[in-house]
Amino acid sequence: MLAQPSQAAFRRLLDEIGTVDAVGVEERVAKFTSRSIKKASKVKGLATAVSMVDMTTLEGKDTPGKIASLCQKALRPSEDPSVPPVAAVCVYSAMVRHAKRHVAGTAVKVASVATAFPSGQTGLRTRLAEVRAAVGDGADEIDMVINRGAYLSGDYNRVKDEICAVLEACGGSALKVILEVGELETYDSIRAASFLAMSVLRPGDFIKTSTGKTTSNATLGNTQVMIEAIRDHFLDTGIAISMKPAGGIRTAKQALHYLVAVKETLGDAWLTNARYRFGASSLLNDLLRQLEKERTGAYQAPYYFSETAESY
Amino acid sequence: MNRLIVTKTPKVYIGGAFVRSESGRVFPVKDAAGAFFANVPQCTRKDLRNAVEAAAKAGPGWARRTAYNRGQILYRLGEMLESRSSEMAEAIALGAAGRRAALREVVAAVDRLIHYAGWADKYEQVLGSVNPVSSPHFNFTVTEPMGIVGVVAPDAAPLLGLVSLIAPAITSGNTVVALASGTHPYPAVVFGEMLATSDLPGGVVNLLTGFRKELIPTFATHTHLRAITAVADAAERKALRLGGADSVKRVRLVKAEDDTDWFGDAESGLYAIRDLIEFKTTWHPIGA
Repeated sequence: MLAQPSQAAFRRLLDEIGTVDAVGVEERVAKFTSRSIKKASKVKGLATAVSMVDMTTLEGKDTPGKIASLCQKALRPSEDPSVPPVAAVCVYSAMVRHAKRHVAGTAVKVASVATAFPSGQTGLRTRLAEVRAAVGDGADEIDMVINRGAYLSGDYNRVKDEICAVLEACGGSALKVILEVGELETYDSIRAASFLAMSVLRPGDFIKTSTGKTTSNATLGNTQVMIEAIRDHFLDTGIAISMKPAGGIRTAKQALHYLVAVKETLGDAWLTNARYRFGASSLLNDLLRQLEKERTGAYQAPYYFSETAESY
Repeated sequence: MNRLIVTKTPKVYIGGAFVRSESGRVFPVKDAAGAFFANVPQCTRKDLRNAVEAAAKAGPGWARRTAYNRGQILYRLGEMLESRSSEMAEAIALGAAGRRAALREVVAAVDRLIHYAGWADKYEQVLGSVNPVSSPHFNFTVTEPMGIVGVVAPDAAPLLGLVSLIAPAITSGNTVVALASGTHPYPAVVFGEMLATSDLPGGVVNLLTGFRKELIPTFATHTHLRAITAVADAAERKALRLGGADSVKRVRLVKAEDDTDWFGDAESGLYAIRDLIEFKTTWHPIGA
């Protein structure tokens, strides 16, 4: 629930940007899952999704060795040369320099979560220092979390100011602003947070659904609310903000549903990895598995595409 | 007053749930007199794919259970079939079999389940070994389940044939995706309902109904199926062998044109279990 004092401020913000028809959104996204995408268009869609993956490892047990193998897979996901490299590897800030060693000079970017990911609950100075360190180590992209505490208590200016401060610390690196939709409760709130972030972002910066560290992640519904916000913002200002759903997208079929949503809401201009990304750790394996199925015609076992030891 | 007739819509048992074919297709099953009895799902390769996913999910848990517990569960399955034998006999009698022959088939199927229930915690002692080696090591050969096994059941003995192929596979911790008889699929549907009320975890046995012609190519080529055990005619055997070679799977075939006596002792026993397990040999230093 939103805290009481913030209601008036929230209402003013919504008056400006418009509310979300929640039932309408649910109905709309249900349609995205019913498109028939077969054969060549499916292969194209899967390859496009591969090129949009931010291969992510955000675990306490990450090591330089694990980052190295992640980077190798990012550069060359499949032995089939027609499969493109992924968009980026997404790591903790301490791992940026290890990742950079492997992908420097290639199309694969290094994204770093920073600003006390995933909670964001440290002082602003600490968060900014982390961003500067990551950028200094060569991070091409910074994934920050917004200050949900400030947002939910209605302190919107503080949220904006902090994004601006991080933006400044980023320098030339792209910024991805994580709204953590699971903690924003309502579609209206997600739309409002999207506009707050977009009002200060540069073209090419991202808004991102979630950290993947909470129980509720990206869904077609909350992603739809955000890409409609991007569309409205673009029509108002001409500034094209990019989108990154993250967490909970595990299967190739889900990824295709998300791409259908992009195509039918934002159009072809957003169907590139400069404008759209998937934050996921296991999605790539399923994309490769489905591409191999399309290539050979035979259903594939998942353990041929995964690093896990389990082979049932 | 005339009562509204309540007919049954048979569904297939996949992943512990009763589902229709994703295609929505069905095909009619007729009784012995040729009258319409019911529409059963005409499963597609996508249903087979979904069943394999379900089997993969259930597999590790099933394989981790103790052999003793798997035996208990198989025995319980035999109990369920025994107590509902007249219902099952009616389902079999829908086909060409007479009521007495149908009942005899149910009894044989129950006995077969009890037979493998007994083997569950014994086959390892017989098939595993301690091997003599000329170094200070123990050398053990132990068995492991293969994984997901595809079963293609015969048209003759629609229940007993199916049970005879499924039971040895699951005894050792494999999971099964089975295609029921094409001509008499209804006993498999009823068998699925009994599986659902037994203690067998959902997804360990998945039963499809449909056309062999449509599904055998996918059984043959699906790389997630580690083995196939099938009753097949010459053309089907060729398809299964070719696909099996491509996907590196074990293929265990019974010729459909041979008049297999499913009631015979030859159709049960240790060798059927052995055909669907992997052997692992380990060295262990003595005294360590």
